[in-house]
Amino acid sequence: MISMTIRQLFEQINRGYWPYAIILAHIVLGTAMVYSTPRSSIAFLVLITSFFSLYYFKADIRFKIIVGAILALIVIPIVGVRNIFYLEVIFQVCVFAALALGLNIVVGFAGLLDLGYVAFYAVGAYLWAFFGSQQFYVLHFAPGTQPSNLPFLLPGDAFYLFLFLAIIVAAFTGILLGLPVLRLRGDYLAIVTLGFGEVIRVLANNLDKPLNFTNGPQGITPIQRPTMPETVVEWFNNVFGGMIGHKASTADLYNVMFYFFALMVIIVIIFVTRRVDDSKIGRAWTAVREDETAAIAMGIPLVRMKLAAFALGASFAGVMGVLLAASRTFISPESFSFMQSIGVLSMVILGGSGSIPGAILGAATVTLLNLQILQGFSLYLSELRQSDAVIPLINFAWRDLSTQLDPAKYQRLLFGLILILMMIFRPGGLIPAKRRKRRLASDQATAEQ
Amino acid sequence: MNRFVQSINVNELIRPLGQLMVFSLGSAIALSGIALMLALVLDQTAVGLALQDKYNVTLYTYTLINLPQVVIDGLTIGFVYAAIALGYTMVYGVLEFINFAHSEIFAVGAFIGVEFLIAMDSSGLLRSASIGMSYLLLILAILLGMVAAGGLAVTVERVAYRPLRGASRLVPLISAIGVSFLLQDVIRLVEGLTTGDFNRIFPSFGNFDQRLNFGKLALGATNINLGISIKSIIVIVAAMLMLIGLNYLVNATRIGKAIRAVAQDRHTASLMGINVNRIISITFLVGGLLGGAAGVLYALKFTRIDPFVGFFPGLKAFAAAVLGGIGNLTGALLGGIVLGMLETFAGSYMGVFTMGAAGSEYKDIFAFSILILVLIFRPQGLMGENVGQKA
Repeated sequence: MISMTIRQLFEQINRGYWPYAIILAHIVLGTAMVYSTPRSSIAFLVLITSFFSLYYFKADIRFKIIVGAILALIVIPIVGVRNIFYLEVIFQVCVFAALALGLNIVVGFAGLLDLGYVAFYAVGAYLWAFFGSQQFYVLHFAPGTQPSNLPFLLPGDAFYLFLFLAIIVAAFTGILLGLPVLRLRGDYLAIVTLGFGEVIRVLANNLDKPLNFTNGPQGITPIQRPTMPETVVEWFNNVFGGMIGHKASTADLYNVMFYFFALMVIIVIIFVTRRVDDSKIGRAWTAVREDETAAIAMGIPLVRMKLAAFALGASFAGVMGVLLAASRTFISPESFSFMQSIGVLSMVILGGSGSIPGAILGAATVTLLNLQILQGFSLYLSELRQSDAVIPLINFAWRDLSTQLDPAKYQRLLFGLILILMMIFRPGGLIPAKRRKRRLASDQATAEQ
Repeated sequence: MNRFVQSINVNELIRPLGQLMVFSLGSAIALSGIALMLALVLDQTAVGLALQDKYNVTLYTYTLINLPQVVIDGLTIGFVYAAIALGYTMVYGVLEFINFAHSEIFAVGAFIGVEFLIAMDSSGLLRSASIGMSYLLLILAILLGMVAAGGLAVTVERVAYRPLRGASRLVPLISAIGVSFLLQDVIRLVEGLTTGDFNRIFPSFGNFDQRLNFGKLALGATNINLGISIKSIIVIVAAMLMLIGLNYLVNATRIGKAIRAVAQDRHTASLMGINVNRIISITFLVGGLLGGAAGVLYALKFTRIDPFVGFFPGLKAFAAAVLGGIGNLTGALLGGIVLGMLETFAGSYMGVFTMGAAGSEYKDIFAFSILILVLIFRPQGLMGENVGQKA
């Protein structure tokens, strides 16, 4: 009932010039709020959600692109450099959005449940971590015993080359894993990919002997970044210095740069995904997803199509891995756990499997929940613990609350709830894929007959 | 009374016992043979010489000395895997669905059992308990773990799987993964709130930590200690009883017949007057009971548990079920025992055989490698028949 009224209201607003006004008002409000109170997460959420109003309201596509570009390329870097934490959050959203888009190809388009997706991310990250650090010269030293003044194997600008190498290496790994296991039925495939993910993590943890490839649980550091010319920093300070309020350092600009890289990867992924989805391969994927037997009967080369999906998804994760290694300058096996894989899966499922805006929405929602809301809740609880407040009625002092109760650490609970609730109540996701929507509609039509 | 005794199908009680014996002995002999052969071969190479330098024993003697303990450890963990694998296999047989949350049902069983014993410990009952009393308490703990895990399994089926029956295959699987993650954190939350610490230790009581020594076996110049800890005996005996009981339930009772009928063809079974929903609930209940008991036994054997304790045993048990042929009860037994043995052998000997390059840290991924190999070369498993995909 209530949702009906909201929908009617939305339809009423969403015509004529109203959308333009609302979008602009939303962006200006968000920017102004973040500008006046740089530390408030509510202000930040208002700004971030302006992307959603940009997506949902009807407006000329050229208007949307221009406003979106201004928002993403100018407003967010400025706001982000003012408070570097926001840029970090947005960078994380972008990284996970890219991963979710990659997994979306495997799970959403081809219908292959991959529970070890993070393994390909790890392959990319360790690829650059090995060649972009001193690790090559550490091969014969146990972790922690290497001399301090080792040279780097490659210059930092080799990063650009490795962005492309990672595509090839990760895709190759995907094919290597896919060849034996893609003949399997869907549920077996899920478990085998899970196992593969764990194998990669255990290898990363233990390949510090006999030759020290990964430096074991301590992880590899420092990893090089591409060079940042001084002139860029100066130019940025000259143009935007007044708006930021303090002098941006090279480190700040590195954050902006990696944010731009992540954005670029996302745009490439979206472009590729859309082109592929409308092509012969995309149709073949849909056929394989809906009914394998029928797909074979139609002459679709099953294993080759599945391999293509696997390799494409893997290559995107590989690129993001290189990006992660360079932006963090440090990686360790912990970042590539099973929980991360399920986290990315829950983003895809929340947004809607097979839907590009859905994957982005899912990634943004889950990451913001993790970084802003759960952590904010944690802070609030620890403040309560330090106060003398008492829960009314049951007369329980907050001070006595166990310190184990730290909401920021309960990500599994969040992922688990998302997966169960979405599967039961909205299997199509928040923004169902168009094709699926069509199919569901026709299902209802036949049911009514 | 007489009629009741007559109605017991003795054959169904003896047959699984024989199978268990054959599987255990067979895998023990086969793996021991392989390990000893490898040791003999590697004795004269750098591997053997390195060991000789370090400890002044030949590789062959080293292998031989450790062998009895390795076999017993392998059997113990193998029986635990078998008990968990039965839960996977029963549900898969009936619903063609991997109950991903089974590993957490196992963990809940372990926690309930251990919490009960810790409560007994803090009330002072454990320290003063006689031997008989401590066995009684252990049995009580196992029963409590079983009841809790069984109840949880039925609840999970009702809440998270039943609404999704009839959807495409991946939908309930994703929901099951969600349940698994949710339960892990719920255990952590409850333990964190009530006790402040989610790593729990199985209290030490009774005579479970002692070893029975059968004396020494002289082989040339070396003596091999033959002995077994009481813990291992308890785990093996309890698991055997459960496995025999389950086998009897499935193969020689009315309910078992109904379960098999539902597994074969759900629609026809319902036409024959079987309440399919009830049978599916019973299947989950039985799987949960076995998982819960396995959890308490696991805690008894390995002492320390945490909320994520179910993850690896669960995956390995699934690998065991696939290895034996999923949906096949005897296969799950075989798979569990073989996998437990293989893993223990690899964990104990791989480090020495590869001169420390790859040791027991790779134990956990050993099961996955076997799983992948089995799925590639014999997807129907060791004992399964090659059946087509059900429509």
